[in-house]
Amino acid sequence: MDFLRSRQSTMKSEDPVREPYREGIIVKPYERLSLEQVKWLDEASVKILEDPGIWCYNERAAKLFKGHGAKVWEEQEASSACWRVSFPRGLVREAVSRAPSRFVLGARRPENRLLLDAELPRVYFGSGSEANVWIDVQMEQFVSTNDSQVKIRVPRFRELRGDSALLCRAARLCERLEHLDFFIRPLNIQDPDVTSDNHDVNKFFASLNNITKHVQAGLTKLERLKDVVRMAEIIAGGREALRKNPIISFIACVFKSPLQIVDETADKVFAIVESGLPLVISSSPQGGSSAPIQEAGMVAQINAEILAGITLTQLIKDGAPVLYGSVPVRARLDDLHDLYGCPEFNQYNIDCVQMAHFYKIPCYSTAGVGDAKVPGMQATFEKLFTHLYMAMSGAQYIHYAFGLLDRTNSFCPVQAVLDNEQIGKIKHCLREPKVDPPIVEDTLRIVKKVMTSPHRLFARHARKAMHAGDVSSPYRFEVKGLEDKVLENALDYTIQLERMAAPHLDQATVDRIFNEIPGLLPGLKQAAE
Amino acid sequence: MDKPLLEKIAFNVIQGRVEAEDEGFDEGLEGEPAVTELVKDALKDGIDPKSILLDALTESMEVVGEKYDRGEYLIPDMLASAECVGVAMDLLSPYLIKAGVQTKGKFVIGTVAGDLHDIGKNIVAIMLKGAGYEVVDLGADVPTDRIIEAVKEHQAPYLGLSALLTTTMRLMGDIVEKLKEEGVRDKVKVLIGGAPTSQEYADQIGADAHCKDAFQAIDLLKTMAS
Repeated sequence: MDFLRSRQSTMKSEDPVREPYREGIIVKPYERLSLEQVKWLDEASVKILEDPGIWCYNERAAKLFKGHGAKVWEEQEASSACWRVSFPRGLVREAVSRAPSRFVLGARRPENRLLLDAELPRVYFGSGSEANVWIDVQMEQFVSTNDSQVKIRVPRFRELRGDSALLCRAARLCERLEHLDFFIRPLNIQDPDVTSDNHDVNKFFASLNNITKHVQAGLTKLERLKDVVRMAEIIAGGREALRKNPIISFIACVFKSPLQIVDETADKVFAIVESGLPLVISSSPQGGSSAPIQEAGMVAQINAEILAGITLTQLIKDGAPVLYGSVPVRARLDDLHDLYGCPEFNQYNIDCVQMAHFYKIPCYSTAGVGDAKVPGMQATFEKLFTHLYMAMSGAQYIHYAFGLLDRTNSFCPVQAVLDNEQIGKIKHCLREPKVDPPIVEDTLRIVKKVMTSPHRLFARHARKAMHAGDVSSPYRFEVKGLEDKVLENALDYTIQLERMAAPHLDQATVDRIFNEIPGLLPGLKQAAE
Repeated sequence: MDKPLLEKIAFNVIQGRVEAEDEGFDEGLEGEPAVTELVKDALKDGIDPKSILLDALTESMEVVGEKYDRGEYLIPDMLASAECVGVAMDLLSPYLIKAGVQTKGKFVIGTVAGDLHDIGKNIVAIMLKGAGYEVVDLGADVPTDRIIEAVKEHQAPYLGLSALLTTTMRLMGDIVEKLKEEGVRDKVKVLIGGAPTSQEYADQIGADAHCKDAFQAIDLLKTMAS
């Protein structure tokens, strides 16, 4: 089947995208798999979806699959209602080919919108994802036991439970991080007044009222989707305005690995797709426990799960905007917890980026997660390892990239600031080379000029590139003496950023939201002055 | 009539534009007359060379220094402006000598024998010229005798020595000794610089000062002159 050609022709007439949007960084993708290997994995995924198929715990989804030609039968052994679904390959291929390869994720400020294009390796970095703990950093002075005149300042760390006020702080900080392109709340809200019923409206409002970039989150309770959407409509300027500028989108982990569609999440997928807002179909199997640890097995399985999820979205609504959400992780073999800072994590993830590219669906990928519990050398090593590698892969939408520590359990604002600096350098490093005939001509002119000057020094001619932003700056938190003050400097910078004004919504909008949307915490009612 | 031309020269020094084809700090200046063309015009128009020196060059370099201190300018900007002043000084020199205007003094500079590294030395030379010193740049890998000869020939009150290697920096001590032997040590201040050098090393070999960069060299020379 000439799958790719049919897909390209499907997309030709669609071009709703108008500037401005965030620049991101367009890279020349590093590919780990050959096209032949991609096709083998694709074939393996299709075979998995045929046999053994999937275990679907949602009746509506099972019926929908059946209505479109899947072989569906009730699974007798399951303790709760379950349907086995065997997908004919044509059904999956056809459905996946209908998912758009290009769409926009909106934002309160138009210049903060994101253009996702599966055929263009434009990389965006963002935060994530619902850590329970906020790591507070303070510097404390210590005196040497050998010499009381010798004093050093050392970072001390304190754990705070995530709440709505801290989420507001995180969003405000992320607004100021110039290399953060989108916001997935990095912190869970655990205020005493937050219940499962008002969780969604509060997390979305705390985010939207403190950042003007794209806001994405999971949905806690299906029944509150309408309130979240209404809130977004008020902010965007109405239903049609929200459709054109979807300032929010959702994440749904519809698969519980291995190969099981979750009942409640499937209902959410139906509702979100029907709302018309973009959705990530995310799967996060763990190699060594809920998926094979071997690269081929992991990628074949996660790809099967994502393809089945995307198939569901397209059967619900043809052309629904969806991201290929791959978060494959590896198990530690000493305790079976997730292990992020390891080579296999990169291998799995970059393979998934290539699979998404093969299907021409924008890829939601992962970088910047590690096992370190505090900012420092281990965190930097683990983060750089994935920040750089995943950016090189050309994934369009890389989450988890700012401030996460202790796998995904903690968020540290100082770490987010450090990550911002690191990602900025990576974006600079991967910029397209500026080499063309006029530039080469200009270079030859300068070489001749300098070689006839008394000192043969090119420094003066660095200015044009320097002022155009083509020359990178030294590491922002560098120290010139024999001390490591990176964290202290990063903390000072974090404090500076946090002092900047919050980009709150105007008073009338805030009032309207509080009047129309039930369950919002009074403490969140802040508006622009 | 003079003022606009002097203002233009000052503006172009701040912009770091030596010639019309140069880009400036701001965009869109390529093709406009720069320091070389404007100083020539000023001399042709009969503007007092002292006025060009004081009102256009000296004042504008002060502005450049302030911009550098504020972090608005980086080293390439400073060098571009200093080069502008250097070029202007070359054009003005014959007129200033005729008018009896003294420079801040001759400064012989060079990288010692066996050492080809000259970036730091060049930066110092450009900056000193921009600061109003008459710089005699001997280049890199300069034999000791050639350095002594130049100090004597130019009756230079200042000598700057540069080295980047621990093996070549030892020659700095030999040069100081040779200056003594030639009977000119008390007539010349010896400043040393380069990555392996230090104030401690300057003291050890009997040099007058160690400069960690061009800015410190200018500051030290000001102190020495006063």
